[in-house]
Amino acid sequence: MSSTRWAVRELGPPLAGIAGAVAVWALAAAVVDSPSLPSPAVVWSAFVDGLRDGSIPDAAVKTLIRLAFSFVVAVVGGVALGLALALNEFTRRAIRPLVVALQITPFVAWVPLAVIWFGATERAVVFVAVVGAFPAMTLATLQAIRQVPPLLERAGRTLGAEGWTLYRRVIFPAAMPGVMAGLQQAWGFAWKALMAGELIVAAAGATGLGHLLAQEGSDVPALLAALAAILVIGVAAEYLLFGQLDRRIRRRRGLLNEG
Amino acid sequence: MADVLHVLDHPAAGAAAPKLAVRDLVVARRYASGEDVLVTDRISFEVGTGEFVCLLGPSGCGKTSILHVLAGLDGPAEGEALLDGRPVEGPGPDRAVLFQEPALFPWLSVRGNVELAMELIGVPPAERAERAARWLANVHLERVADAQPHELSAGMRQRAALARAMAADPDVLLGDEPFGALDAQARELLQDEVQQAWVASEGRRTFLFVTHNVREAVLLADRVLVMSAAPGRLLHEYRIHAARPRDLDDVLVSRVVSEIHGLLRREVDRGVEHEMGR
Repeated sequence: MSSTRWAVRELGPPLAGIAGAVAVWALAAAVVDSPSLPSPAVVWSAFVDGLRDGSIPDAAVKTLIRLAFSFVVAVVGGVALGLALALNEFTRRAIRPLVVALQITPFVAWVPLAVIWFGATERAVVFVAVVGAFPAMTLATLQAIRQVPPLLERAGRTLGAEGWTLYRRVIFPAAMPGVMAGLQQAWGFAWKALMAGELIVAAAGATGLGHLLAQEGSDVPALLAALAAILVIGVAAEYLLFGQLDRRIRRRRGLLNEG
Repeated sequence: MADVLHVLDHPAAGAAAPKLAVRDLVVARRYASGEDVLVTDRISFEVGTGEFVCLLGPSGCGKTSILHVLAGLDGPAEGEALLDGRPVEGPGPDRAVLFQEPALFPWLSVRGNVELAMELIGVPPAERAERAARWLANVHLERVADAQPHELSAGMRQRAALARAMAADPDVLLGDEPFGALDAQARELLQDEVQQAWVASEGRRTFLFVTHNVREAVLLADRVLVMSAAPGRLLHEYRIHAARPRDLDDVLVSRVVSEIHGLLRREVDRGVEHEMGR
């Protein structure tokens, strides 16, 4: 198969979707004809300006650093707690409802408390992102471990794996597809919570894509340009990073429905 | 019961302490309703070191449960399961198990599965590759060593499971109807490979396989222990003296097969009469 045909087959539908959305937007902007809804061309030039003067890349880098930190904290904590809950029934029954409660609480609800605890600081923003992502990671890890086929665990035990070795060599690898789904979810939650945090918590001198949204005020093209940057980063992470990782893990195990 | 043979009175010839034994073993199965049902009725038998024994019986007679108790995966409700005269405490690599399904680890290649078994018993990394290659060659899978389990046919997967089990260098191989889900050709090949693995161990390895297939039991085993329907007890023991490799057309083999079929038929009739209230 030629790479051109591959590109058309793989990228054709999503590009058509994007083109359609932009067309609808352009049409709506033309009909409404108001500064509140600038045309795609105007936003594009604001986006290019933002790239040129460095404001968007600068904010994006700051945001991504915060995101990476929050994500790592949420994943390490979530995997550890998920494992602890999987190992012990009492702990599971005691703590799982609390984690579920955290999970269904909108993360924006934590912003005021975060500000009271940490002030309008970087730490408050990161706290909101961690609280947003950590419950999903915990619950996904717990579920992934509990869904490991008993047959694989039994096979591992008859081969001499026990205790930590059983977990390290059998249970964790068997749970990987579920943990992977948890990573993807946790990333999504961290991303959304971080945006909310950055938007609301106007830390002194802080920059970030969420702050750009807040600062641009009435400059609608710049605001939409910042929004576009947020969108591009989200989509890139979803498709290029997590989507690919997930496909690799599933393909290796024959869990991918191809063809 | 006149035709019940007290196997304990006939310990395996030449074996000082039986490799495996169950004494007055009762195993229970817990149903989703919470009800415990006894699936065996104080069953006792021994398997000598180096013997190949098949435990044969109708579905639900508890033969798989007995195997799992010997593997250390489940505990007995009553009685005991012994390994070298000592109660089985839990699973261990000295007793490899071939399950009904291959139970290969899907994140590892075929070779990776075999090498993991060796890693778990502490084989040094340098030796693993060579030993894995040898076992994979024994089951004719050397060409697909780097494939993932899902890329193999059902028969190849079960043969890979055999290679993995043997790579752990077990004293005992427990087979839980490993041929059950295979088509005739794949089954025959795996049976050959199991027999070869047993013959090659020259009396060092003990095989206990569970099956409901009379021909399979007679083809494979030195001794066939025939169980009744649930709650399972021993009906009879057959020693198979035919030379290996065996052929179903062999007079001795076909005679034993039809004898066992007759015994099982009478048992089924008796069960039906019992259920119908005489």
